[in-house]
Amino acid sequence: MPLVKKGAIAADAYLHVGDDAEIPVDGAALIPAARFLANAEALAKRNGPTGVIWPNNRDLDDLVPYLDGLSVVALVFPTFRDGRAYSQARLLRERYGYKGELRATGQVLRDQFVLMLRAGFDSFEVKKQADAEAFAATVKRYTVFYQPTGDGRITALHRRMQARHCANAG
Amino acid sequence: MYAYDEMDRTLVNERVSEFRDQVKRRLSGELTEDEFKMLRLMNGVYLQLHAYMLRVAIPYGTLSAPQLRKMAHVARKYDRGYGHFTTRQNIQFNWIKLSDLPDALEDLASVGIHAMQTSGNCVRNVTTDQWAGVAPGEVEDPRIWAELLRQYSTMHPEFTYLPRKFKIAITASDHDRAAIKVHDIGLRILNNEAGETGFEVLVGGGLGRTPFIGKVIKPFVHGRDILSYVESILRVYNQYGRRDNIYKARIKILVHELGIEKFAAEVEEEWQVTRESALQLDDEVVADIRARFRYPGYEALSDTPDELTAASADPQFTRWLKNSVAAHQQKGYAIVTLSLKPIGGPPGDATAEQMDAIADLAEKYSFGEIRVGHEQNLALPNVAKRDLPALWRQLDKLGLATPNVNLITDIIACPGLDYCSLANARAIPIAQELTRRFANHDLADMIGRLHINISGCINACGHHHVGHIGILGVEKNGEEFYQITIGGRADEGAVVGTLIGPAVPYDDVANVIEDIVESYLALRARPDELFVQTVERLGVEPFKERVYATR
Ligand code: HEM
Ligand code: SF4
Repeated sequence: MPLVKKGAIAADAYLHVGDDAEIPVDGAALIPAARFLANAEALAKRNGPTGVIWPNNRDLDDLVPYLDGLSVVALVFPTFRDGRAYSQARLLRERYGYKGELRATGQVLRDQFVLMLRAGFDSFEVKKQADAEAFAATVKRYTVFYQPTGDGRITALHRRMQARHCANAG
Repeated sequence: MYAYDEMDRTLVNERVSEFRDQVKRRLSGELTEDEFKMLRLMNGVYLQLHAYMLRVAIPYGTLSAPQLRKMAHVARKYDRGYGHFTTRQNIQFNWIKLSDLPDALEDLASVGIHAMQTSGNCVRNVTTDQWAGVAPGEVEDPRIWAELLRQYSTMHPEFTYLPRKFKIAITASDHDRAAIKVHDIGLRILNNEAGETGFEVLVGGGLGRTPFIGKVIKPFVHGRDILSYVESILRVYNQYGRRDNIYKARIKILVHELGIEKFAAEVEEEWQVTRESALQLDDEVVADIRARFRYPGYEALSDTPDELTAASADPQFTRWLKNSVAAHQQKGYAIVTLSLKPIGGPPGDATAEQMDAIADLAEKYSFGEIRVGHEQNLALPNVAKRDLPALWRQLDKLGLATPNVNLITDIIACPGLDYCSLANARAIPIAQELTRRFANHDLADMIGRLHINISGCINACGHHHVGHIGILGVEKNGEEFYQITIGGRADEGAVVGTLIGPAVPYDDVANVIEDIVESYLALRARPDELFVQTVERLGVEPFKERVYATR
């Protein structure tokens, strides 16, 4: 699956470690949640960035203590209809202050990019190559946003207020 | 009326352009039907028995004359010349070609109408009292809050892929015309002791396979906190709502399985963290939305104009006046309900010609405003009493003055087998037959307020559970049968009706309903004891005996 990062198609630097494979001591590795939690102390000593693949039905409380040491958190959309990871993303960004890469994986289509960006994702394992290529155009599709999220965009409500203040001042 | 500004318009146009692209990708095969399905549903597009159906939102049931005219245009240009008003403050077009859909949506967008989130597992069109802002005894106009919630929930980045669809309804009156107790979240506006505006919040109501009446989760949430409180409910639901079984995915099941106390505690914990967030509304923001609702410039008029006195000699007119005209907040004005339930007609249908004519009448007599109610009728909310006789004559010519509002022939019915791919049985022809049986207005008048609700399957689109008489189509060995419930209601005293016995075949439904009504007339304590009150007092037994004694 193509990866979109910082708005462009990028090579995935991370080795996706399976459930049985050995976890490499060097280099960037993306590790399933259960294995990560089981080996958290040892993994903290690895040479190289460590990421975790966090399922959408696992409590984030278990992850929070390790956030500082993680360079990627990959959240999962098992189907595009299952939106739990949107909540997880917002909580990681807005409540727990996670600053690293937040990756959307699974059934990711261009039609969800805008929502995912707004929820706090900044990298995307996209299902279709054409969608990945359309990223830059797709995310420009919307210019008006009604609700505040951690992405910091000004909502329509507040833009109206600003406009009124300016009009009154001028 | 809420006036769209440039930002609202831009968003709707951006949505249309996105959908145009999605349709193009579907037609070229780039999107599979499975992928497209979730995208089209969120734009109100269903694939029905015969064709694509478009469901268009009528936020809080308020329409302007140009908006209604545009619906007539869509009906004429892309459909077969009519539209169908539903129980969810929507209009549905049943015969639109996929390739025409983006154009139809673009036409609607030109008057600030959209189909966003009228389906799919997101927060649906927020509904409210169809008499909002004009009915006497309101705490305040609930549409201001409905609009705030509409904006908040439109394209919500976190809650567009919930476990299941999510419906919010608001009322600001003691008499609940918005059926808030059968919604996922029901909001009742009230003032606290300090005179501040807030909400009693109910959660977990809903019909369908497992009907529930909503439970109070919090007796008072201040207006400034309503968005964060709703967000907290949605977040708990998004995380813990079931996704393994679509019949158990609604919030009502989560609330039921956890128990309301435990669910409320989860929400409270979440809310304590979010209430101080950017979602908190300040007075200025609310005032800003309120200022964008335009209200009519009412005149000081007499409550007993000469025109009305003169027309009262005509018994046809007085019958309609008594049945279809309701009191208004403003002296000299009235609320007029337009019955979309002509004898023998499909409930809720309006032709393009009728829609155009209603738009004209709204401009002439109701400050250009039209309302859509969940009983599938329309209303003109601001009619000067002196104009009532003239308005009545014109409505009568259009077939919109049937004096049956709230009477036995004012039936709610889902499309059933005539259109719906999920149906087990016909619903519309049952409604048509019943309106013929009870066509006599004197009889209907004597029976009094009696709501019959019909659904073609257990999904309960016709709200059969909360009909005073509910009729549910089921299938047995390839034949249509109907289960009858009685005693349900959808207002402030909402209850789910009780089944009276085994299902009856299609041909017998109208007879059974006649038997029930005859029993009621014999059993009622006084002429003004309503059917539901008689059922409440006596239970279902006497009705059951009468219906099954000879069958
Ligand atoms: C014609 C195509 C339609 C389809 C395929 C359809 C489908 C459905 C389904 C699957 C449900 C059940 C959801 C659930 O509660 O789990 C439902 C519920 C509902 N539908 Fe429809 N529907 C259609 C038309 C209508 C119409 C015409 C109306 C209004 C007259 C309507 C109003 C409702 C309402 C109010 C509910 C909610 C019941 C509740 O509160 O749980 N639907 N619909
Ligand atoms: S109740 Fe059933 S038959 Fe009627 S519209 Fe809903 S899904 Fe279709």
